Amino acid sequence: MPRPGFVLDVDRSTPPMLFWHGEKFSLERLPADRSRVIYPPEPIAGIRDVSAAIDHALEHPLDMDPLRALLRPGMVLTICFDDVSLSLPKMRRPDSRQRVIEAVLDLAAEAGVDDVHIIAALGLHRRMHDHELRHVLGDRIVDAFGPTGALYQHDAEDYENLTVVGTTDHGEVLEINRRVAESDLVVYANVNQVAMDGGWKSLVTGVASYRCLSHHHNPESLRNTRSLMDRHHSALHHSIWRLGAVLRDHGPKVFQIETTINTDAFPSPFDFLSRREWEWTARDRATYLATSKALSRMPRSMARKIFHSIEAPYAMTGIHAGFTESVHERTLADVYQQHLVEVEGQTDILTMGVPFISPYNPDSIMNPILVMCMGLGYMFNMYRGKPLVREGGVVIMTHPTYRDFNPVHHPSYIDFFDEVLADTTDPVVMSEKWERKYAEDEWYRHLYRTGNAYHGVHPFYAWYWGAHGQQWAGRVIIVGGDAATVRRLGFTPASTMNDALELASDVVGRSPTITHLHVPSVLVADVV
Amino acid sequence: MAVIADRLGGRRIAVTGATGFVGTALVERLLRGAPDCSLVLLVRDGRRTSAARRTEREILANDAFDRLRESMAGGGETFEEMCSRRITTISGDVGMDGLGLNDEGREIMRTVDTIIHSAATVSFDSPLDQAVEINLLGPTRIARLCHDLGITPHLVAVSTCYVAGNRRGTAPEELVSEGPFDIGLDWRREVESSRRLRGDTEADSRRPERLSEFRRRARSELGAAGAPALAAKTEQIRERWVRDQLVTAGRSRAASVGWPDAYAFTKALGEQALVESRGDVPVSIVRPSIIESAWAEPRPGWIRGFRMAEPVIISYARGLLREFPGVPEGTIDVIPVDLVVAAIIAVAAAGPESAPFISHVASGGVNPLRYRTLVDHVSAWFTAHPLYDNEGQPIVVPEWRFPGRGKVQTQLSRAKTLIARAESVLQALPLRGERAELSATLETRRMEVERALEYVELYGLYTECEAIYQVDNLLSLWEQLDDADRNAFCFDPRVVDWSHYVNEIHLPSIIQHARVKTTPGRSRTGDRSSRLRSQVLDAKRQVAAFDLENTLIASNVVESYSWLATRRLDPMERLRYTARTLAETPGLLRMDRRDRTDFLRHFYRRYEDAPIEQIETDVDAMLTGLILRKSFPEGIRRVREHRAAGHRTVLITGALEFNVAGLKPLFDEIVAAKMSVRADGTLSGEMVAVPPTGEARAQILADYCDAEGFRLDECVAYADSSSDLPLFEAVGFPVAVNPETRLAAIARKRGWLVEHWGTSRGFSKPLLPIGPVLSEAERRRTFR
Repeated sequence: MPRPGFVLDVDRSTPPMLFWHGEKFSLERLPADRSRVIYPPEPIAGIRDVSAAIDHALEHPLDMDPLRALLRPGMVLTICFDDVSLSLPKMRRPDSRQRVIEAVLDLAAEAGVDDVHIIAALGLHRRMHDHELRHVLGDRIVDAFGPTGALYQHDAEDYENLTVVGTTDHGEVLEINRRVAESDLVVYANVNQVAMDGGWKSLVTGVASYRCLSHHHNPESLRNTRSLMDRHHSALHHSIWRLGAVLRDHGPKVFQIETTINTDAFPSPFDFLSRREWEWTARDRATYLATSKALSRMPRSMARKIFHSIEAPYAMTGIHAGFTESVHERTLADVYQQHLVEVEGQTDILTMGVPFISPYNPDSIMNPILVMCMGLGYMFNMYRGKPLVREGGVVIMTHPTYRDFNPVHHPSYIDFFDEVLADTTDPVVMSEKWERKYAEDEWYRHLYRTGNAYHGVHPFYAWYWGAHGQQWAGRVIIVGGDAATVRRLGFTPASTMNDALELASDVVGRSPTITHLHVPSVLVADVV
Repeated sequence: MAVIADRLGGRRIAVTGATGFVGTALVERLLRGAPDCSLVLLVRDGRRTSAARRTEREILANDAFDRLRESMAGGGETFEEMCSRRITTISGDVGMDGLGLNDEGREIMRTVDTIIHSAATVSFDSPLDQAVEINLLGPTRIARLCHDLGITPHLVAVSTCYVAGNRRGTAPEELVSEGPFDIGLDWRREVESSRRLRGDTEADSRRPERLSEFRRRARSELGAAGAPALAAKTEQIRERWVRDQLVTAGRSRAASVGWPDAYAFTKALGEQALVESRGDVPVSIVRPSIIESAWAEPRPGWIRGFRMAEPVIISYARGLLREFPGVPEGTIDVIPVDLVVAAIIAVAAAGPESAPFISHVASGGVNPLRYRTLVDHVSAWFTAHPLYDNEGQPIVVPEWRFPGRGKVQTQLSRAKTLIARAESVLQALPLRGERAELSATLETRRMEVERALEYVELYGLYTECEAIYQVDNLLSLWEQLDDADRNAFCFDPRVVDWSHYVNEIHLPSIIQHARVKTTPGRSRTGDRSSRLRSQVLDAKRQVAAFDLENTLIASNVVESYSWLATRRLDPMERLRYTARTLAETPGLLRMDRRDRTDFLRHFYRRYEDAPIEQIETDVDAMLTGLILRKSFPEGIRRVREHRAAGHRTVLITGALEFNVAGLKPLFDEIVAAKMSVRADGTLSGEMVAVPPTGEARAQILADYCDAEGFRLDECVAYADSSSDLPLFEAVGFPVAVNPETRLAAIARKRGWLVEHWGTSRGFSKPLLPIGPVLSEAERRRTFR
């Protein structure tokens, strides 16, 4: 029986806490008697017979006819799926998307459906490499559909293949992939790792155009997204649900298949990562020492390679199919069951260790902009109710924050760092002054469409993701980062945790309360 | 009563050498101090400018005339009107018989009353024949012209005290040939042999073994820069060699007959020749010593050009010259330029009847400046007002120990050898970018040492000279003047207060002239680069041309071939391919170094029989798989900045066209190597045209500009290697990217913008450029 998450009050006997530090770890001792640590719940048990669960979901969907009944010969069927930004780290094969899509394709074949397209719903993310497609979909699907051109990736810049479905009462235009819009049936197979994912967001962002995405991916709505993990209090999700309603009323029939996974993210050598520090065995301690020594001696690129090759032994915890809105409510309940931890009251200082990965650098480099995005965008937003840190409080992150970039995946990030961040870190100012230039740049467009680059505008979105946290926090300190790079981000560099706490005292006084968000593993703090 | 101005009133005075230091001061003084005379300036035509234009730009625009210009402002006649009324410029050359005058010039010369001959090649290291033509024969040619024209104007010839040669004790104001130390040289023989020496040296320089040596040196300096650039460099080296031979010949000939250098030697013979050939033309000779900045006129400290003592003083202040030979109690005979000019004018005004035949204008006899005093002043001054190095730290001037000349020379030669050796080691290493700059720094250092060595060799004799020049004639001329003239045309060496002169006038003036760093704080080279960068990106530029390899990406044709070739191989085949390629590498490198075009032709043969369809499929993947991975993000950004600035962007590369297809959106035009495709859809392995490398690139860009109506001097070119020199030289704005050693040195010398671009950091670069392992199905995919 997995234990639920809980809040530990730090006293003098509490061992040092584990912090992610990019491709490394560190152990930091938190001040006794005024610090607390939020531990995530342990991974909940997965479904035993996944194939049976999939079949059951397809046969007994929510508020829709069984999939079998929706399929007929001569129809136009499109299957969309989440791209590499999910899951993190990648799932051990077979991926749940592969299992779901194979089941759907079997049904389609039985029903004699010939016109089937499979589209990676990547929005403005980078196109997936061949090996990534194979990892997510399996060789069978890729070899069957790839050569005929029926398996491809969404292109938000291919205006010939985009079409307007309708407009919301807020004036938001729903412009999506033409094939999707003109299908008789769209099946969406997704992975819900956190509460932000899924629902209408799958289709409405995954196969939309830049114009459509800019209705909600902007500083205004992200500052009013309280939080990303609570769709009922998120301006971003409100906009997406309005667009979803347009799709529901004017678009193709959508059969949504949502899966959830538990938090069992690291295979055995990294067991200590998901154990609570005071429960570490001698073996855990030895592994920690050996691993962290080895990691700090090897070149960054090698450490990165090791981490990005991790395949997580996640278990599927739920699968629901049918009408998107009904499905997603069930999904959210499953996700929250795994993630929620009740926390009492806010704190002066929030500390967190930022890992080597964010949704925008699978198999790639966690560049400085993504550090901001991961820290202030994702980790800061791991709350429901109110933020863990009080308004004007201090956020302390640990990450090496090197000035490294992947020129293949993040070309516009490099220029964003050198050009835009040198000018401003204010999301509103940059959106007015710079966004258009990057969004319409020919070269970025070329690399997005033909290479494996994120769209030119993507660094702006990554930056906006942290807009709420940036506005909320009185100061953001990065421990152990490259000082010049940290300053460029508008944050304060500190060399040790003690220095950081010292620097924080200017803002929050001499004896502030401290809360540590314990990652790895994911949690959503239900702050009451 | 101003007698001098009065006597000069109505006179027409011809001046040679007016573009020089003394000449400019002389013209200014005559215009200002003798308002009723008119001037005929004999000026050589410039290479692109006429003599009249040179008068305007090189004489009248000099700041010496500021005082006169200001005093005339607001008056009836402007400075320009006065100049055009009083000055006539004729084109001529004292190095040519008849002074190279045309009929009009001859007519004008016929009307002059006085000729002041101050044209000379004052450089102490002129080639012998040049010094002979100008210094020795110049005055004689003027006298001959007067005979031809049938006129007898008063000829005032400016010579030098140092015609007296290397001697101790007093030197009287008399012809050397009439003094006790004359060794009876025949100036005609000297002329003849110097001309023959020029011919012999020219012929010698064309001997095959010499030429191949020059060629070798040009190649080592430029690398594979292409035939035309190499030819130009070789010829330049040959000319420099001829010149060096003649300079050495001049120096040794002068030394062998008792003069410090070719200048003094040819001047001495020039006096002798003039006296022999003057006929009935009345001659006066004025001999100044070392002429330095002005004492008072037109303003204290006025100087033109970088003269003899200045480079030595500046080198000392920069800590470069730690020792300079000299006799501490010896006299260093310096005379301010305005005193020299006043003396010349006084001699001219006195006329042939009352002017002394020879006058020394020197300070040593009546108001000596001791060498030790000068050195003390200079070192005290620079201790109080230090120069700063590039780091913004003050430079401490070394203590002067008055060593012998031999010792200093040995020290400097040793330093030179050491640096040269380090340099050749660095040159041999395959360095790029910032490390290559080190070698450029060493080269600068070596050149500084070489220069210091030259100063010591050239000027050492002057500081060791212990002759005292008598000024009896000069002073008797001085005695004849009334107070008004003495005020207006002061040439009495006794008026100079050396301490005031050195500290308040001369040193501040030359510091200003030398444009050295006199304030603390870091050097502004960063500012310089950003200034150059903004020039390069200015909207006025029209075309930006880029090389590819090592300029925009850290990759080469071998890598892209290997990537493509291995892409569809299974792991075992890859291993074999890699082993084979590694074995071939040294040979390929050798071939590339010898001739880029041959190398490309040879290498591209490997593409023979490859199906074009497969290649085209694979190169799409290569953009992300290889090219972007190895790209310099700043370089790519620069291309796009040029586009944003409205420039055309052109890629000129020896890479194959299909290999760079992924970069099309960056460029308006891609000029790459083209390979023909056979009818069956396979590549032939043969080039359609000569691949664009070396000097062909300059031509390609020129043709492009021609066709599109752009100007080459508004083009920017980015490249990384000295083989791109022709391209760099063709365009107005060259940018050296991650230059290798040779190019780094050249770029620094010429002040080009240098960029150091690198690949994205923290990104694991594969050791071998082999394609990623594909899935079985993709590997087995067949084309054709």
